[in-house]
Amino acid sequence: MRFAAWLAKLDRRWIFLIMGILVLEPLLFPLALPLKVTPPVQGFVDAIDHVKPGSIILMSCDYDPGSIPELVPMTRTAFRHLMSRDCKVVVTCLWPAGPGLVDSIITEVSREFPTKVYGQDWVNLGYRAGQEAVMVQMGQGIQNVFPTDFHGNQSHLLPLMRSVRDYSSFPLLVNISAGQPGTKEWVQQVQSRFHLPMVAGVTAVSAPEYYPYLQSHQLLGMLGGMAGAAEYELSRHEKGSATKGMDAQSLGHIFVALCIVLGNVIQFLQRRQP
Amino acid sequence: MTLHVSHDLGTWVAATLTLFVFSFLYKDNPLYKFAENLFVGVSAGYLMVQAYWTTIDSNLVRPLVQAFHGKGVHEDLHGMFAAQQGDYRGWLLIPAVFGVLLFARLIPKISWLSRLSLALIIGVYAGLKTTGFAQGDFVAQVQASLQPLWKAGDLGFTVSSILFTVGIISCLLFFFFSREHKGALGVASKTGVYFLMVGFGAGYGYTVMSRISLLIGRYQFLLDNWLGLR
Repeated sequence: MRFAAWLAKLDRRWIFLIMGILVLEPLLFPLALPLKVTPPVQGFVDAIDHVKPGSIILMSCDYDPGSIPELVPMTRTAFRHLMSRDCKVVVTCLWPAGPGLVDSIITEVSREFPTKVYGQDWVNLGYRAGQEAVMVQMGQGIQNVFPTDFHGNQSHLLPLMRSVRDYSSFPLLVNISAGQPGTKEWVQQVQSRFHLPMVAGVTAVSAPEYYPYLQSHQLLGMLGGMAGAAEYELSRHEKGSATKGMDAQSLGHIFVALCIVLGNVIQFLQRRQP
Repeated sequence: MTLHVSHDLGTWVAATLTLFVFSFLYKDNPLYKFAENLFVGVSAGYLMVQAYWTTIDSNLVRPLVQAFHGKGVHEDLHGMFAAQQGDYRGWLLIPAVFGVLLFARLIPKISWLSRLSLALIIGVYAGLKTTGFAQGDFVAQVQASLQPLWKAGDLGFTVSSILFTVGIISCLLFFFFSREHKGALGVASKTGVYFLMVGFGAGYGYTVMSRISLLIGRYQFLLDNWLGLR
């Protein structure tokens, strides 16, 4: 009982410290805990694998620097996956603070493919304000909405954009999203209206909201948070920052679960006291 | 493991600010306050500049300047009002006026004019949201909920379908407030509560994952980009 009373009054900074150490330790000394590719992630991989080489894919990266640890690994692996399958990629962004970040990631990955040329094999159309209105407008012509790309080039002068009219030009939409506007809006305004097959990579905090879309096959696959990104890296035989972070993630979760159990035990013991 | 400390000033600034923010975990202090205020100021400034250049300038100012010269997106068309889908030219004056009307709120005598712009914005978004929700969520989700409860030779599917259907019905009954939750309705709504609890638990687990990911991201930045531990 005395131990329970001591625990109940424990300074929460000890919990912060233990969590900090538990997350730091596996980043310095990896534990290589096992990881398995789950069906939603496999669906994401399969959807891209089933696209014909040479197809033009719409990739909307709707996030900002606040979601770097979860969404940047997904963006990197998805863009690399599409490039390695000889797909051509049209990148857009509906979050104002995102386009610079997204451009740096895809530029970095594109260097791994020296034969791929900007404007022919991929374009970054940058940001456009208007959220859902932009999505609907894109259905009437992508270049109407994005007359210039992220670098200020006229879209209609880019060779790849000559083959792009509207959503019918794409066999697949890859959406990496941190919230609104993002996956929900793409499903509501584009997937259901224009019947464009879609996969999504989302932050963990928003993932539960999108499981119904998986069950209804409105999403062909989904990457949920860092775990989803790590599984995606595993399926592509890559060892990126998400995979490296998963040991820390697991220890952190075990600690949180332990805290919940201990908290309940203390509560139970205190309630039994007269 | 050796250190390869970064020589990049930006990385040092980011690392120092990260440590300032972490210092809040011990207790509130001036270093944390400095980082917090700096973040708020920089974010506000950045977003304002970004909003001007990516929204007002690119969607309104530049196309209007071009339109006054009789040009637009389509080079073969000439004339200030020779508009087409996606090439609105001089007609952009209409949304520009609506945009300016929003500022009428600052002058009490004509503040009612701002309601015209707000009515337009609300009308467009209500329309978009309603049709989007009806197509993407309501119809599609109801359709996906109607599935066979039994599949010969696939026990997993059968169990999952039954659980799924019981979950849907009991959760819906939990939100049925026209009768007191007693008897059969009480049992069903209590079952619904358990399903909701599982849902909240999953949501909480994912939220923890998201928050730990942020900590991992900062650690990876400090260890890899700043200290260069290899």
